[in-house]
Amino acid sequence: MEILVCVKRVLDTSENEIELDREGTGIELDEAVYSINEPDNYAVEEALQIVSRLGGKVTVVTVGGEDDEEVLRREMAMGVHQGALLSDAAFSGSDAKGIATILKSFVEKGAYDLILTGVQADDGGAQVGGMLAAMLDYPFASLVNSIEVLFGGKLKISREIEGGNREINEIELPCVLSIQTGINEPRYVGMRGIRAVASVPIPTYGASELQIGSGTVGSLAAKVKRLDYVVPTLAKGAEMLDGSREENVERVTELIAAKGGLR
Amino acid sequence: MVEAIQSPAHATYWLIQGRLLFLIIYLLGAACFSYIVARRLQPLFRGERDFRLDQPFRRLGRVLQFWLGQWKHPRYRMAGTIHLLIFAGFLILATRAFSVLALGVSDGFVIPGLSGKTGHIYGIVADYASTVVFFCMVVAAIRRLAFKPERYAVPARYGKGHSADAIFLLALIAILMAADSLFEASQAAGLWQQGQTTEFLPVLSLPWMLNKALLSTSLPKLQSLHLGAYLIHDLTFFFLLCYRPFGIQFHVETSLFSVFFAKLERGNLKPVRWGIPDEHLDQVKSFGVKTFEDFTWKHMLDFYSCADCGRCSDNCPSNAAGRPLSPRFLTIKARDYAFQHYPMFGSAKNGQALVGNVYSEDEIWSCTTCGACEEECPLLVEYIDKIVDLRRGLVDEGNVPQSVQKPLKALESRGNPYGKMTKKRADWASAGKFGPACRVKVLNGESASTLYFVDSITSYDDRIQAIGQATAKILHHVGEDFGILGAAEKDSGHEVRRFGEETLFRALRDHNTQAIHDSGARHIVTSDPHAYNALKHDYKDVPPVEHISQVIAREVKSGRIKFHPAKNDKVYTYHDPCYLGRHNQIYDDPRNVLDAIPGLKRVEMRRSRDRSFCCGGGGLMLFYEPKEEERIGVKRVRMAAEAGANVIVTACPFCMVNLEDAIKVAGLEGKMTAIDLAELTDQQIVRESQRHKEVAWRF
Repeated sequence: MEILVCVKRVLDTSENEIELDREGTGIELDEAVYSINEPDNYAVEEALQIVSRLGGKVTVVTVGGEDDEEVLRREMAMGVHQGALLSDAAFSGSDAKGIATILKSFVEKGAYDLILTGVQADDGGAQVGGMLAAMLDYPFASLVNSIEVLFGGKLKISREIEGGNREINEIELPCVLSIQTGINEPRYVGMRGIRAVASVPIPTYGASELQIGSGTVGSLAAKVKRLDYVVPTLAKGAEMLDGSREENVERVTELIAAKGGLR
Repeated sequence: MVEAIQSPAHATYWLIQGRLLFLIIYLLGAACFSYIVARRLQPLFRGERDFRLDQPFRRLGRVLQFWLGQWKHPRYRMAGTIHLLIFAGFLILATRAFSVLALGVSDGFVIPGLSGKTGHIYGIVADYASTVVFFCMVVAAIRRLAFKPERYAVPARYGKGHSADAIFLLALIAILMAADSLFEASQAAGLWQQGQTTEFLPVLSLPWMLNKALLSTSLPKLQSLHLGAYLIHDLTFFFLLCYRPFGIQFHVETSLFSVFFAKLERGNLKPVRWGIPDEHLDQVKSFGVKTFEDFTWKHMLDFYSCADCGRCSDNCPSNAAGRPLSPRFLTIKARDYAFQHYPMFGSAKNGQALVGNVYSEDEIWSCTTCGACEEECPLLVEYIDKIVDLRRGLVDEGNVPQSVQKPLKALESRGNPYGKMTKKRADWASAGKFGPACRVKVLNGESASTLYFVDSITSYDDRIQAIGQATAKILHHVGEDFGILGAAEKDSGHEVRRFGEETLFRALRDHNTQAIHDSGARHIVTSDPHAYNALKHDYKDVPPVEHISQVIAREVKSGRIKFHPAKNDKVYTYHDPCYLGRHNQIYDDPRNVLDAIPGLKRVEMRRSRDRSFCCGGGGLMLFYEPKEEERIGVKRVRMAAEAGANVIVTACPFCMVNLEDAIKVAGLEGKMTAIDLAELTDQQIVRESQRHKEVAWRF
């Protein structure tokens, strides 16, 4: 099975102390640490597990600049066979539809049975997967937390529903799925693995190679524009319980029950 | 003169002349044994390289101490004494066994040098030796069957018990001793009945007792007893010889080699591959142990040498807490694997992954590398290197527990497992009231002769920063010209390495080594035993390193540190951190410091010094979520409570985290506290200004 996984490099929210930049519309990027968007990593792991069972190849693709190559290498160190960087000055400032347009052009250059994305990017809006599917006229399922390959070009998937429920669907290939975290346990990638793929060439595709016309991508085509960026202020929300152990237990039970946590 | 009792060599057994029969038995026995041992050695030749021939004289010294001297055995008084007696008996009886066997083919054989008076004396000693060994077998069997020491038990998940096999082996040895004695006693009785001079049988020895019982037995009967005993002796001897390589008794043959080739240094780890220089490491295709053949030949030898005594697991904190790890079965399972996959007949089946088939992932990650198992093992079997090698294999395959992946990645990007900003690494040194009171130089432009290597937890953890501040104040007090690396410091990588992430460790080590050289410091002090151990054993070419407890002890001795009396009626106990105690043998310095505080009451826990019980593990172990029945730390604070202590003093930031948590979990809050040696020192120290006051007041 040929699988394409669309990934994104994001600010690692667990490792950064987010501070606004001087204009207040962006983030201070001094000493920032980036990493692969977490759900994307689960998608790559799932793709690798599928091809290890059924054979085939996994390709990872990202839209961005030279710096974004780092996440492609990290995924290649996991065992991904091919990486592709979609990069062009004309792409910068694209909104979600622009990104989906760029990815669609890349998908059309290959022959993929299955396209995976993360459920959403840490800094995104869970839009690209669905848009990409629509543009390709492929079936789409979101929040996928298990995949079983059936005979006859079909998948049995389960989707996460609020409250821990699951919905089981059958979906036809080729299709696009957005992958929820927890679908698997992604393998660890250490420095050694990354070093091993350090010199593997990663092809770059620009607007002309992808035959993307100007006016369909980039900031000029973007119909959604960011105006502001707001970081919540830290509030004093903590209530200290200073009774005896039994009193505290009782009080905590009450509080949790009041918020609907206990039935 | 007619022989009163015919000798086995001259006798006829079922129409075969004795001499011929025994010659056939010996040749067959020796051939079988050689074949079996050759098959057993087969995997060792397929194992990884391991350089174990350096410092031969030191190795010989260790053979004298641990093999011949049985150094570790008395740590378990009863079992140790029994073993010592059996071992001594075997050594004495080796010569006798040889000469008795020789009698089967050469009548009246006497080992040169053992004739006449020497021979008589040796005979007496040997008679007593076989008697002692015989009764040791009886006692050992009674212990196994009636008293059932807990450490011999085999939990259900590891298969059926080992007692039947143990009893069988004890019985074989007992039969050997009895047959030998009967052989001697029947001859003596026969000769006595004929009024001939007999070999002197020492009073109360087994031959003496049997002789007394046989004095009135008829001569023909004595004759058949004599010959029968001899045949049984020889058959048992060779059966035992060939049976030993199939079980725990193989250690009789292998222990000498295991001890000679045993690891000489403490606290360090084996390289990823022996004989591969650092710069070529990237070209090594596979890291660590994935299949049995990835173990080094010495580690395979360890599997054969294990005597199944259970002392390792009896001391293992992970085993005690109900984690899925028992060092004993780590070895037993590997040995069973070797026996199964390298059979006596047919070709070897190799290449199967160990983790997933023989070991579980949780088993491999459960080890805190505290070293209690290695400290206890009478045969010096190595565990930490094997665990780390298995982890290297898991890391290489990407099999790292999810909870540990984040901190590892943070270590890669930020140099600390918490993902905190690099530039905030030195914030503790300027925080709150501490900053202005005690200036800590950052050796970036400024220079100092001593470097305080702080490491990640002390730099970033709110609670542990207090240990860093106390350390700085002590260094200040004793007039040390010191500074820290600040943002230039990264995690020492001690736990990173022990979690099997060698490549990341090397990156951290290389970075720190450069930063240490750039600082120009000539001496390193640290308050973290893990950093201490890393700098001392894992790093190369860095200035000498001391733990703060060593500095305090030295300055107490020199008089530069004086203590106020302890003004409370608390009872203190000292908890030995594994990487200060067992791995680096620093037991006395911290205790001397405590004892220098006037009026401080100190007790020892049941498990202290080299038998100290781990707190639960440091570094990345804090991020690992093991399956366990009870936290290791909780067990430890209970031991402190048992000892009657209400203050646990330790000298390691990770011990502090684990013990303070455990105090809460054990419900001992308010009854028990934990304090670091540096914090206690800082609290009790008599400062300059105070000292002047005291002096002024005195005059």
